[in-house]
Amino acid sequence: MSFWGATHLVAQREINAQIRGKGLWITFALFVVGLFAAAILPGVFGDDSAPAVATFGPQATRVVAATDLEARAVADLEQAQALVRGGEVDAAVVDDPASTTGIRVIAMTQTPYQVVAALAAPPPVDLLAPDAVSDQVLFLASFAFALVFFIFGMSGVGIAQSVVTEKQTRIVEILVATIPVRALLTGKIAAYSLLVFGQVGALALLAPLALRAGDLGVLLSLIAPALGWFVPFFLLGYVLLASVWAVAGALVSRAEDLSSTTPLVTMLVMIPYLGVTFFQDNDQAMTVLSYVPFSSAVAMPVRMFAGEPQLWEPIVSLAILAATLVVAVLVAARLYTGSLLQTGARVRLRRAWSGAENPMA
Amino acid sequence: MLQVRSISRSFQGNKVLDDLSFHAAPGRITGFVGANGSGKTTTMRIILGVLAADAGTVTWHGVPITQQVRQRFGYMPEERGLYPKMKVAEQIVYLGRLHGLDLATARHNTAALLERLELIDRADDPVERLSMGNQQRVQICAALVHEPDLLILDEPFSGLDPLAIETVLGVLRAQAARGVPVLFSSHQLELVERLCDDLVIISGGTTAASGDRKSLRARFSTPRFELVVDGDAGWVRDVPGVEVSELDGARVVFDLPESEAESEQAQRVLQEAVRRGPVRSFGAVVPSLAEIFREVI
Repeated sequence: MSFWGATHLVAQREINAQIRGKGLWITFALFVVGLFAAAILPGVFGDDSAPAVATFGPQATRVVAATDLEARAVADLEQAQALVRGGEVDAAVVDDPASTTGIRVIAMTQTPYQVVAALAAPPPVDLLAPDAVSDQVLFLASFAFALVFFIFGMSGVGIAQSVVTEKQTRIVEILVATIPVRALLTGKIAAYSLLVFGQVGALALLAPLALRAGDLGVLLSLIAPALGWFVPFFLLGYVLLASVWAVAGALVSRAEDLSSTTPLVTMLVMIPYLGVTFFQDNDQAMTVLSYVPFSSAVAMPVRMFAGEPQLWEPIVSLAILAATLVVAVLVAARLYTGSLLQTGARVRLRRAWSGAENPMA
Repeated sequence: MLQVRSISRSFQGNKVLDDLSFHAAPGRITGFVGANGSGKTTTMRIILGVLAADAGTVTWHGVPITQQVRQRFGYMPEERGLYPKMKVAEQIVYLGRLHGLDLATARHNTAALLERLELIDRADDPVERLSMGNQQRVQICAALVHEPDLLILDEPFSGLDPLAIETVLGVLRAQAARGVPVLFSSHQLELVERLCDDLVIISGGTTAASGDRKSLRARFSTPRFELVVDGDAGWVRDVPGVEVSELDGARVVFDLPESEAESEQAQRVLQEAVRRGPVRSFGAVVPSLAEIFREVI
């Protein structure tokens, strides 16, 4: 059988095993629930309706009419106070010639900031060179990218578990005697990558539904352009992580020992997430992060979204990521080969490297 | 024909195999015998390409073994391994396909093997729910599903109950009858004695003795006889040219170490015994494999 034939069989088995397991579906279900919750719940629980105020006097009536406060005109001051005391309105706005603004706000126990804010008329602003997207939308987009990359990156621990299961049950000896080690590694990485891409694809299809359900459709049109760059970076970035996860699994012999190798990989997954979250306002740091493999998967799409870089920049960054990926897969294949048949608590990297004497690799 | 020529292998400066050579012929069952740590598993792993030899060659029909050829080998490692959560039949089909079978053939062979090893009722159970003995049978199916060109089994009988041992013996004989070389290691010498046609004894990483079982026996046995009489057999000690190795009242075991005409010498002892009284039994003693084993290592 050819290398690709073996790879295909291995990938097929991994995908079948995952699809039949519960873990994959639980994670995916949580994702879908989280997506819809994030889109809909703020609208449901948020104090959507504007506060109601009682108004008395021509000046007060005019000022309130210019806001989106819900106005209830009353005949005199006593009546306004009665409505406030009775809790029928949040506050009363009445004429007061002594005040510089000509009006006065009456409330029960606390200053009604929402009403006060509504009454304060901000001066008009002219932007000579406005940002392509608002800071809030930029934050939201980068946070969403970082979170998706982080969670799916962490799910790569499944690859490490699959590798160590084969080591622990010793079926690996039959597998290695039958097919090339590289086919085993490639099949695993391919299987988990396809599963993750499938989930991300499904989430991408569900996102518009969720945003519309939450009446946030406008966000979608803002974030959509950034997705175009996120996709290739995510694909390469994920495969890079997957190969590292596979090595993390191959270096130990029992599932219980995985904790001795996974923290390093976890760090690699966290760097883009934390980096982009912390340095979002630091242009220099973001530029560096957008070229460093692992973090570039999130940082570059975010910068593209903000409209900063030239077109060649993401292409160079993608090329760096792709080159790193090739090197990483070659190194991973060698370490994987060298450590697959070694037993013991933890295979040292040097031993794994020199242990790759397998003639088939 | 599998030919292993002068292979050597060290682990961290410790020489495990040192110029080991032997062969496994088609249609014959070759027993691979040696003490613990003598290098049996390392040799098998080298044949399967799981490990590389530092020196020496392994050839199949005179040609170095490639991945394509190796894929047609069947292997049962000493440390058994299967996917615990995968269903029995599905797992064997999968391994069959990795060995290059198409789906239909893999399914057909799997069903036939499960039937033969009396596992057909458990086909859809996850392996982890089977008893150890049944898991062992599944492991044998995994090594046989692709009708291998060469069968290599590392300690196939360890952990098997007597009934399962008979089943495995039958399966191995059937494979050899198909014309396939079967190489298996075991430290259960009685089983090796019952099963194998040829024998390779490994000691200190090198071949201590090899050849077909009968000629090995002839080579390593001094002519030895057992005599049981009615009275005391102590007189045999005084017969010239006889060396008594065991004497227990009426029973005596003796060698004829320097005898050119051993059967004449033996006849003389027998005649003397008959002259002295009734003889209960008299016969040549064939050395057991265990004795040969003790002698060569």
